[in-house]
Amino acid sequence: MSRARPRAKDRVDDHRARRELPPAIHYLNAEYGIWSWLFTRDHKRIALLYLFSITCFFALGGLFAVAIRLELATPAGDLVSSDVYNRLFTMHGIVMIFFFLIPSIPATLGNFLIPMMVGARDLAFPKLNLLSWYLFNIGGLLMLWTVLHGGVDTGWTFYTPFSTRYATTYVTEAALGIFISGFSSILTGLNFIVTIHRMRAPGLTWGRLPLFVWSHYATSLVIVLGTPVVAITLLLVAAERVFRIGIFDPAIGGDPVLFQHMFWFYSHPAVYIMVLPSMGVVSEIVATFAHKPVFGYRVVAVASLAIALLGFLVWGHHMFVSGQSALAALAFSLLSMMVAVPSAIKVFNWTATLYRGSIAWDTPLLYAMGFIGLFTMGGLTGVMVATLGIDIHVHDTYFVVAHFHYIMVGGALMGFLGGLHYWWPKITGRLYPRFWSRLSALIVFVGFNITFLPQFVLGYQGMPRRYHAYPAEMQVLNVMSSAGATILGLGYVIPLIYLLWSMRYGERASDNPWGSAGFEWATSSPPPTENFHETPVIDRGPYGYPHSEGVPGGLDALPGEQESGSLGLGGAPPGFGPGGAGGVSGV
Amino acid sequence: MIAGWWRAFRDYRPGLAHQFESAEQQREAASLGMWVFLATEVLFFGGLLAAYTVYRILYFDAFKAASHELDVAIGAVNTGVLLTSSLTMACAVWGTQTGRRRAAGLFLLATFVLGAVFLGLKFYEYWHKAEQHLVPGHGFHAAQLGLPEGRWGEAQMFFCLYFGLTGLHALHMLAGMAFVLGAVLPSFVGWFRPRNHGFIEGLGLYWHFVDIVWVFLFPLLYLVSRHE
Amino acid sequence: MSAGPTGVLSPPPEASDIAPRVDSLFGFTLVYSVFFTLLIAGLLFAFGLKYRRGRQTGEVARSRRASAWLEIVWSVVPLGIMLITYGWGARVYLDMARPPAGADEYFVVARQWMWKVQHPEGPREINELHVPVGRAIKLTMTSEDVIHSFYVPAFRMKMDVLPNRTTTEWFRAKKPGVYHLFCAEYCGTNHSAMIGRVVVMEPLDYERWLSGGGAEQKPVDRGEAAFLLQPWVRDMPQARHGRARAILTGLFRAGRCSSRRAGRWWRTTPMCGESILLPAAKVVKGYSAIMPPTRGASPGRTCCSSSPREVDGTGRREGR
Repeated sequence: MSRARPRAKDRVDDHRARRELPPAIHYLNAEYGIWSWLFTRDHKRIALLYLFSITCFFALGGLFAVAIRLELATPAGDLVSSDVYNRLFTMHGIVMIFFFLIPSIPATLGNFLIPMMVGARDLAFPKLNLLSWYLFNIGGLLMLWTVLHGGVDTGWTFYTPFSTRYATTYVTEAALGIFISGFSSILTGLNFIVTIHRMRAPGLTWGRLPLFVWSHYATSLVIVLGTPVVAITLLLVAAERVFRIGIFDPAIGGDPVLFQHMFWFYSHPAVYIMVLPSMGVVSEIVATFAHKPVFGYRVVAVASLAIALLGFLVWGHHMFVSGQSALAALAFSLLSMMVAVPSAIKVFNWTATLYRGSIAWDTPLLYAMGFIGLFTMGGLTGVMVATLGIDIHVHDTYFVVAHFHYIMVGGALMGFLGGLHYWWPKITGRLYPRFWSRLSALIVFVGFNITFLPQFVLGYQGMPRRYHAYPAEMQVLNVMSSAGATILGLGYVIPLIYLLWSMRYGERASDNPWGSAGFEWATSSPPPTENFHETPVIDRGPYGYPHSEGVPGGLDALPGEQESGSLGLGGAPPGFGPGGAGGVSGV
Repeated sequence: MIAGWWRAFRDYRPGLAHQFESAEQQREAASLGMWVFLATEVLFFGGLLAAYTVYRILYFDAFKAASHELDVAIGAVNTGVLLTSSLTMACAVWGTQTGRRRAAGLFLLATFVLGAVFLGLKFYEYWHKAEQHLVPGHGFHAAQLGLPEGRWGEAQMFFCLYFGLTGLHALHMLAGMAFVLGAVLPSFVGWFRPRNHGFIEGLGLYWHFVDIVWVFLFPLLYLVSRHE
Repeated sequence: MSAGPTGVLSPPPEASDIAPRVDSLFGFTLVYSVFFTLLIAGLLFAFGLKYRRGRQTGEVARSRRASAWLEIVWSVVPLGIMLITYGWGARVYLDMARPPAGADEYFVVARQWMWKVQHPEGPREINELHVPVGRAIKLTMTSEDVIHSFYVPAFRMKMDVLPNRTTTEWFRAKKPGVYHLFCAEYCGTNHSAMIGRVVVMEPLDYERWLSGGGAEQKPVDRGEAAFLLQPWVRDMPQARHGRARAILTGLFRAGRCSSRRAGRWWRTTPMCGESILLPAAKVVKGYSAIMPPTRGASPGRTCCSSSPREVDGTGRREGR
């Protein structure tokens, strides 16, 4: 750790020593026993419960992915039957999207950090928060039940009339599972919105909110306004299967394109539910490890909202070849292009944050850089698939598959892993091995690119997605992709091992091992159940690094202008605590 | 023992939850939470209403014919019942805010009764539709619509949407009535006080929302081209 | 004979007029995508190395004007590039979406898990499509069950095939050869087996293929013969004179005036075909819809499920 520590090493050490004298009571050791977890209302414990659940689902979805890549190593469909293959990719999609990616960052890191970042003792509705975890698991168990009975074969998109009339698998149960877990997602989003509006500590104005909170605010808006639409849509699909008649039934004039509109109205914004929180994580990591405020704080915050808003206006780009009118296609294509602008702004601002920073190449930054690179590629290929002339050709091919994996895995998942590594000392009070964590970040990056870069080429060559068997001339790239998937899988297993190991054997972390100015680092690691011993009063922005004020390496605060005018007052030294001399003081 | 439980129930006063600084903050949080939830609900109904709009444009004639099979009289009475229940709900909120806990309890009870009347009439309508063979499915028979048999599918689409929308609305009514009934006794014994009426206020918001949904459903479903 | 891409990294053959235009548009986006990816990656590494902790140089705080200027630059430049890409993409798309007047109309019916094609000259094919080089060919497509998608990578064109309605796509093949035909919309168990080949032939070869393989009656004639044998037609006076056309024209006139949408619809879809596939869709005023829908019928079971054109006794050909 010592190499990464800021210049104020001695002060930090002093501070830590002072804090560690009495055996600290924190949220992990305040209570013991299984019931203290299952009935907890502490947002931090619920975050860990969520972390446990989504890790299980990630492992399950990962197993499906392994099976898919194994099958595709040869052009013939020889490992599993086509029915089994169809269920594999369907369950991979459903589990990964609805049960891993959507809750991944908001329900774990967001749940853990948002109350701390706004200086509150808990979320506004702790019981709803616990209820949302139970709903998530009920939905998840229903999904698990369908998996054990053979799964679903409709594709995660549930296109009618295949899903309502022709599929003979457990579509109803799967739709209800997603319906239920959707409510868990809505409750989380509702909780965040109310918390951010109503629970901010004194002095914490909107202009001082950390970008992680801003991005979660934007995410929550998408969750609250988008999820109910997919909920009613899937409920209608389930009802149509039960009653054998319904509004998508072609026999009574039902329109399959209507289903697609209703489905994508949520499922496109869902991509932003996955990637916006990651952007928040990256903003925090970049600021901390460059030891500088995020360049263009306001622009980055507004870009999150712009992405959330525009995200609701572009769903039709999933339907360029569905038979919708040319006029609609032209409009949706133009609006989709617009999303690229705030995304590009964010990428450039993160890059500019590194300029003249004081950069520590720690594991979280490696993941954040991986995110920026892969998200850039995902975003630029997103522009390609939003371009009408190109999309007609690459729609529903591996080009699209590669593109959305760059956004969802290269983006959302890299952000999740980066955030987990960044806040792990805060969550557990332990550090993980430097060498292994950096190595795994590298392996994930390399493995990911080997897996998905060839799929762009395959897609442009015309390999349709969801194909169990494919033309022989496409085998070379498929084998390459499968080989990359093996490396990628290894990259995910290593962190699982060392993070679990570190919970017991890892070196003890100081309260603020990275020397961050973030509010969440102002309390002890792990934090007490109430987060702060006294209600904090905030008199500065979240990135009060004196470094940026033209004081080389100095940590003694000099009041001065920062990037964004509203972040005004005194830059506090890292490692302060409530009642300390810094910007956060006890009342 | 039961007397002990009753005493505990009677003397219970919901306090300030640990995460809040003040009762004011708690009430504001509850209120905002309910508004956000209602935004979700709007979109939830919005999905079905979007489907309704699309099919109404596609199959207007069938929708018109099928709509004329609905009983406007019952629909109108139900609209009145529901609007009155919104009034009693508003009175219950007012009673809680001004510390008239018995009045508040009675108004809640009245709200529940009016809700039950609405659902009773609704159930009668459903039963009547079943008798007329207007429930979508194999038994659907719509000779009285004046539509050729080949277009009964479009009429079935109308009734799918009718049962879907009003059924979803009825489920929301049921949930709301459960909470209203549950709040009657606590209101009488004085759980809710002028400074701490967030729950009743939220319940009121929800009830008004369900009411407004019906105000949209009634013309959309019952009054298609009635003026002609 | 190559059906797909020849090299591991090469694009599929450019076998239609539109293909090179799609490829150059793609090339344009690829060039700036690679540029920006390398730019971002390069800057990340350059800053990361130059300003790494413990290697501090003198600090200069940026002025706020500079950062506002930067923000504007990196908002406007991407926006400009997006708009250029959009305009170019829209031009290519509109040419893809609008078939030229006088295109030969082929009918495609999709079902789990096969493609059925009906040529204007008569022959029918399954999972194969033979076309002459250099002619604009318009496919009018419908599905008997779920959604499929007719995708020929070498032509860079794809269109979903939906139940209950028709969709169209068009192409002009420019290079003889054999190319992949894929179903691109997931349609159930044998989705990946719902494939076929598109054979592009020189016009003379195509004529030879037509006369060799599909030496049947023209669909119009065959349809007329089948129609005149129907019990309810047989006794009509016109039928005795073999004039299916007279009967049907009368019916169409009645149909056209009956509903307010019929006129518009008449111009856009083959009416007869839809009336057979979905008789309830539009019913002539005064008649009741007694015909059962034909959807879901197997290709051989009825004379008309494979092609709407076949029984269109008027022989009217759209766009000609």
